[in-house]
Amino acid sequence: MKTSWQWMAAFAALTIAACTSGNPNSKAVVLLLDTSGTYTTELGHAQRIVNYLLGTLEAGDSFAVARINSESFTEKNIIVHATFDSRPSTTNAQKRTVLDTTQQFIEATAKGSAYTDITGGVLQALEYVREANAAQKIVLLFSDLQEDLQKRQIREFPIDFNGVRVIAVNVTKLRSDNIDPRDFQERQDYWKQRVISGGGQWQVINDLERLQSALL
Amino acid sequence: MTTGDLIMIWADNRALSIFIWLVLIITILYFARPAAHGVIRSFARLLRNNARLAARSLYQLEERAKQRNRAVVLGDGRDITERNIEREFHRVSTIVGRDLAGFPALERQLRQQITCIEEDYRDAIEIPPMPPEWHTAVEAVAKIPPNGDPGYVRVLSEINRVFKKSSENALNEFRSAATDRHNTLLRMIPFWRGVDSALERVEKKIESLEERSKTIDKQFATYLQIVAQTDRAERLLSTSAVTQFFISGLVMVIAVLGAFINFQLIALPMSEMVGGNSYLFFSKGFALKTADIAALVIISVELAMGLFFMEALGITRLFPVIRGMDDKLRRRMLWVTLSILFTLACVESALAYMRDLLAADRAALAQQLSGLEVVTPAFRWIPSVGQMVLGFILPFALVFVAIPLESFIHSSRSVFGASYEASLRLMIFVVRVFGNMAAQLGFILTHIYDAIIFVPLRIEQMLSNRRSGRQYADTEEVPVIVAERIPLVASEIIPEVKPSTKSATKSRRAVVDSQPSEVAYNFEAAGELKK
Repeated sequence: MKTSWQWMAAFAALTIAACTSGNPNSKAVVLLLDTSGTYTTELGHAQRIVNYLLGTLEAGDSFAVARINSESFTEKNIIVHATFDSRPSTTNAQKRTVLDTTQQFIEATAKGSAYTDITGGVLQALEYVREANAAQKIVLLFSDLQEDLQKRQIREFPIDFNGVRVIAVNVTKLRSDNIDPRDFQERQDYWKQRVISGGGQWQVINDLERLQSALL
Repeated sequence: MTTGDLIMIWADNRALSIFIWLVLIITILYFARPAAHGVIRSFARLLRNNARLAARSLYQLEERAKQRNRAVVLGDGRDITERNIEREFHRVSTIVGRDLAGFPALERQLRQQITCIEEDYRDAIEIPPMPPEWHTAVEAVAKIPPNGDPGYVRVLSEINRVFKKSSENALNEFRSAATDRHNTLLRMIPFWRGVDSALERVEKKIESLEERSKTIDKQFATYLQIVAQTDRAERLLSTSAVTQFFISGLVMVIAVLGAFINFQLIALPMSEMVGGNSYLFFSKGFALKTADIAALVIISVELAMGLFFMEALGITRLFPVIRGMDDKLRRRMLWVTLSILFTLACVESALAYMRDLLAADRAALAQQLSGLEVVTPAFRWIPSVGQMVLGFILPFALVFVAIPLESFIHSSRSVFGASYEASLRLMIFVVRVFGNMAAQLGFILTHIYDAIIFVPLRIEQMLSNRRSGRQYADTEEVPVIVAERIPLVASEIIPEVKPSTKSATKSRRAVVDSQPSEVAYNFEAAGELKK
């Protein structure tokens, strides 16, 4: 009798386990912060984005903040990352840690990097969001999209963006854009073409208020 | 070939071609008239007969539903009345057991009181001794005026003195006896009062028993009506069931709202226990949070325990197994369910407190993320305590859902049965209307058909008139009926059938129930035409 009960309990547990799974709408978000040249002055806006993201992300979501500098394709560039715990109390603690770390980074970054390896940063971000195995993979590109590579760096190759949304945020205009505004459009078109041809989705959001609807 | 080409097949002139087509079609229709009328009639009859059959089947179904509803309503009513009578008898038994058990003592007390009263009464009626009989003679002697002889005067004076003294003594004795009697009567008052109050108590108890017996009489009268399956009893019970249905439904809605509040209290903290990002998939695109399901399970268990608790108490009668248990086992079950409920209430209270902590933490984080200084509000403890108390009380409050639930289940059987019956009745009406409409449509179609071919019909009528006129001239007889030769629509469709008195007195339902037959159809059709 006892054995039959144990079998029944095991069967029920297996049935439930077979049906249960993680959040079907889980998100993996990487915020790439451009720390090159004069763009460092824009990092204050990045803090708002981080705060907003921390407010919307839920248990089970993954979030990372990484910087774009001269050599971005490295794990060292990831400032902070977290996969939020299933328990709300732990999630809140993790969010506080991410918030503090990002604040410290932004306050500490006064001097910009010499080069801007956006592609390296994007590759690193893609690697992270794919590892997270979330339903929605989002890369937020907080940059002016002006790539400035070192001579030895090879970045001109197709990138697989399949299943990833790339959202360029706060794409500011350079001084040279004022002379020829087509440069600004060309930069955006270049990245757009690169993302779409790689199978991803491209979006530009300069008004941070609209970020909420974009992330839904 | 297009339609235009087809029209122009006879001539180049469109009007002429159309005319030729019309003549051709009308001629064909004229010759096909008897067959076409037959088809239309048959089709109309088919529809009508099928509608009648459907109505008959539905009527039988309605009858069965009615019988079933009647049985359900009367069964429920009998059950409730039996319970009421049983409860009244139980009350009477309690009264008898509680009050009449003290009757021997009361009787003894009354007897003692009455004995005391009797003794006192006997004491009270004892008359003090009156002055002796010679007293009158002595009084007369004592009143003789003293005149002359001193010895005689002295004797008289002595007699007078003795007499006065004797009278005084008698008076004193009488007063003393009266005082004693008054005292005795005074002593009787508490006994009287005691008897009075004892009798009042008896009267009250008897009155209470009398009231109960009246209630039992009423209940029993209702029970007899239910057993006799009278229409009045059924009507009363149906009305009562509808009222019960709505009242218990309202209470159930309130209970659902209470359960929702309960769910809100424990759903968030449950994610702290079972995880916030675990989902249970029921189908593609439909998933529920495991924490929400866990909260629902807790509430469901509380409701189930509440049902068992009420059942074990004997308030509800939803589970015959529990009702059939012996008292000892049922009492044990009562305590087990109460213990589980208490434990769950404690768990809910703790979860409610945790919810408050989590909500506060989330609010603090939100303030921090929006760049504001984190401020702890004053009187933070009030909502915490409130939530804890609510979390503790709600499980016990939900226990009482069992009562309206039972009423709802019982009354819903009657109400849904009545709705089913009404819907069947409506369907019967619709089907009958459809059948009648189909029959009427047959008439209309034959009329339309004849209207289309009115030209050849008219010619035929004229020819037959002429022929009959010639015949009249030859035989000098009045022509019989034109309609016999030039068939009118009505005489063609409706063969003359004498309506029998039996069928004329049939009710509408009886017509529906009767087997579809040509005679009945034609009879009704004739009636319609007369109208």
